[in-house]
Amino acid sequence: MTRISLTVDGEKVSDDIEARMLLVQYLREKVGKTGTVIGCDTSNCGACTVHLNGQSVKSCNVLAVQADGGEVATIEGLATNGELHPVQTAFRECHGLQCGFCTPGMIMQSIDLLANNPHPTEEEVRVGLEGNLCRCTGYHNIVRAVMYAAEHGSSDSVQSEGASA
Amino acid sequence: MTATQERPADVQAEIGRDRRRKEDQRLITGRTRWTDNLQLNGMLHLAMVRSPFPHATITNIETSAAKDTTNVVAVLTGKDFGEELGVCINAWPITPDQKTPAHSPMPADRVAFAGEIVAVVVARTAAEARDAAELVEVDYEELPAALELKAAAAADENGGAIAHPDLGTNKSALWVFDSGEAGTGGDVEEAIASARTDGIVIEREYRQQRLIPAFMEPRSVVVDPTGEQLTMWSATQIPHILRFALAATTGVPESKIRVIAPDVGGGFGGKLQATPEEWITWAVARRLGKPVKYTETRSESLISAHHGRDQWQKLTLAAQKDGTVTGLKVELLADLGAYVALVGGGVPVLGAFMFNSIYKFPAYHFACQTVLTNKTWTDAYRGAGRPEATFAIERIMDELAVEVGVDPLEVREKNWIKHEEFPFTTVAGLEYDTGNYEAATERAKEMFGYDDLRAEQKRRREANDPVQLGIGISTFTEMCGLAPSRVLGSLDYGAGGWESATIRMLATGKVEVVTGSSAHGQGHETAWSQIVADRLGVAFEDIEVLHGDTQVSAKGLDTYGSRSLTVGGEALVRAADKVIEKARPVAAHMLEASVDDLEFTGGRFSVRGTDQGVAIGEIATAVFAAHDLPDGMEPSLDSEATYDPVNFSFPHGTHLCAIEVDTETGALKIRKYVCCDDIGTIINPLIVAGQIHGGLVQGIAQALWEEAVYDENGTLVSGSFVDYLLPTAADTINFDIDHTTSPSTTNTLGTKGVGEAGTIASTPAVVNAVVDAIRHFGVTDIQMPCTPERVWKAVNGGTHGGTEDTEGAAMPHFDEAEPGNSSTEGAGA
Repeated sequence: MTRISLTVDGEKVSDDIEARMLLVQYLREKVGKTGTVIGCDTSNCGACTVHLNGQSVKSCNVLAVQADGGEVATIEGLATNGELHPVQTAFRECHGLQCGFCTPGMIMQSIDLLANNPHPTEEEVRVGLEGNLCRCTGYHNIVRAVMYAAEHGSSDSVQSEGASA
Repeated sequence: MTATQERPADVQAEIGRDRRRKEDQRLITGRTRWTDNLQLNGMLHLAMVRSPFPHATITNIETSAAKDTTNVVAVLTGKDFGEELGVCINAWPITPDQKTPAHSPMPADRVAFAGEIVAVVVARTAAEARDAAELVEVDYEELPAALELKAAAAADENGGAIAHPDLGTNKSALWVFDSGEAGTGGDVEEAIASARTDGIVIEREYRQQRLIPAFMEPRSVVVDPTGEQLTMWSATQIPHILRFALAATTGVPESKIRVIAPDVGGGFGGKLQATPEEWITWAVARRLGKPVKYTETRSESLISAHHGRDQWQKLTLAAQKDGTVTGLKVELLADLGAYVALVGGGVPVLGAFMFNSIYKFPAYHFACQTVLTNKTWTDAYRGAGRPEATFAIERIMDELAVEVGVDPLEVREKNWIKHEEFPFTTVAGLEYDTGNYEAATERAKEMFGYDDLRAEQKRRREANDPVQLGIGISTFTEMCGLAPSRVLGSLDYGAGGWESATIRMLATGKVEVVTGSSAHGQGHETAWSQIVADRLGVAFEDIEVLHGDTQVSAKGLDTYGSRSLTVGGEALVRAADKVIEKARPVAAHMLEASVDDLEFTGGRFSVRGTDQGVAIGEIATAVFAAHDLPDGMEPSLDSEATYDPVNFSFPHGTHLCAIEVDTETGALKIRKYVCCDDIGTIINPLIVAGQIHGGLVQGIAQALWEEAVYDENGTLVSGSFVDYLLPTAADTINFDIDHTTSPSTTNTLGTKGVGEAGTIASTPAVVNAVVDAIRHFGVTDIQMPCTPERVWKAVNGGTHGGTEDTEGAAMPHFDEAEPGNSSTEGAGA
């Protein structure tokens, strides 16, 4: 067992865990952050995407011990005081989700994409989301949602999310 | 206390409005209830031990090492369970003499596909269960495995392997429809014979490769045996059917079973199943008296959740020299895999009525042989039978156009049902209620810029451009809205096709809508609210839609076959109308008026010719108080309706796809995709667009990317998301979609189904485009998926190129070939 201490969605947590435990398992099983989900076992689908120290990671591809001392942001911490993050709003507005299983990862990746490139072309959005699979939407409205967020969301709030995580 | 529900008559109608979805708030904030999220006190976790062999006798299972592991509670095999394990059922034996292998959720003596469960480990955590599963030693004696579909079908003649030796054959059932015998048309053999002497006969064989539904949420099941009822939570499309099947096969009274489908992450037919995993979890929980959970890994999902398609289709089309069709003969081989699944052989039968599609064939014959093999069992995958039929007919109509020497749209128009001919009884015996193929095609052509693209194609061809342009057409229809119970009965399906709805008028004026449909991404909470808001004249926001729990929604037949709106939506309308009729005498009493003088508009009963009125919410409050109701009146407005559809629903549309093919590399690029669908009345255009987009990509993925591939050992080599190629955002494009509307005449709202339309239509549009781009190289077909390798081989090999089976070897992820050695394979194809 190894003791790790980190911040998840702004709250300090500390646990004794097996060294082999993945970050996504830690978030779901120890911290109760079940908004972050597991869609595959080969790190292809991106459903488990969260931010670690301000950057998107597939949390099935990171050991929990690697997050020791770090700051993790999940889908559950995005809305502040009941106000949705602009990318969350954009996904709802553009019908960028159906079953919603890929959505947490898709939104976290989209935020990272926009933080790095606040005004992407459609092609840049498509390539930027290549690591996140969706089976419902055909991506059409997901791409539209990210473009919408780039256009309507204040880039301040998009960029500041990573820093405040 | 009463929230006002009065809605001015001039407010925007909800039906047709692009409401943002009610579901989204919880889904975009992570406030979700997936089955795997569930934690109960004392909950134990399961891991499955699965066979690596496609066909083998189990000679011994050594469980002691696993049992001795800390925190392992039990290790159980098929032998440890008796009848309490129940059986996996086939609800649709398609013929009386169908050969149906016994299907135990966990066989004790013989496995029939690689991935079948032979033991289950129960431990305090999922990780401990998985660790211990590695310690279970299973001894197998391998048996010859029936793997390839055609070889398995011919095993009776060639002495090949038999998937279930006790059955003595791999042939499960032969299902036949003949228009001559049914009295719905002529004799197809006569039509073919006549065309051979003085017309056109086109014979083609098409391959429907094996696909995997690959819903994003892996299946998960929790069973809690504590308390009076046994409760199962499952990532399923069919909580009601599961409850019935559990009762029917495990001996637990139906009234003691509660099944809950909480948030479910996609299904596409893949969660329309009664699974071994559910039955084993059920049995373990009952045996141990503790809550247990099983969640599959993605790799387990790909090898053991049912697959789809997997057919060989032989078509013979007869026509006059001018392209007028005179007959169609269809002979199918359908791979059931190792067992006859819940719907199983019924999937190709659903296609039996659709090969004739929108065309006026005077004679039609369909025969489908279902075949057992030692591969993962197959069942419904989005479209289920209808994509296969649509693919084959739309491919061969292109071939007919080539033979006649006309534009493929022209040969279609010559043969399709004209809009003034509806309702139209087809050669397969169905009555299409409405449609307008001319209008949808005209609109699609206009959006596509059809003539300009044809001109560009001609230019590129004449210039011998290395990048050729192909235009693919699919003028599809389908039958959905499953289904009239009488028809299902006549086809020997094990249940009916009705749907149920209940509307509860709460004392505070809010409305609860209970539906028997079970959404898993479709947006029923939103669309159903829109329907009820319009019908009752209450606010969209005041309506709560409840579903997916058999204790809340006691009656239902769940969600599949694009049935929820056309069947469940009609039940909703009828329940709402009953509420209004119950409220009417109360309104008359409250207004001191005669019932005959009342009219109901905008959620309000008013006395004709006066300004007196009362809102339905106020009536609900008055009924709750019950202080002053008409004599003898039951104090309730709540109403239930169960609706059995009178016909299927027949959406249709015209899909046009332009693809650029690099003839030097075989690379494909989708340049443009437009479609104009007629799905009747649209409740929510935003949700409809989403259904179309997602459907299109699943159909396009069959054409270009996806295939479940087995090697010669019966191992699924596309058994992870590394090897099973789901499209990404970078592979796809934006779509141009539009609609024409011929409202259905078989339901009040005029709706048709939309859930499967995109998938059914798009596959042939794409393959027709690919073939069209390189037909001048002598190419007449390319087997799906149309990989660059197959396209390149087709271009370089002419007519015979590009039809080989996919090799049963995993693609190397890293190229280890010596420099200069890598290009030898395939060059001579």
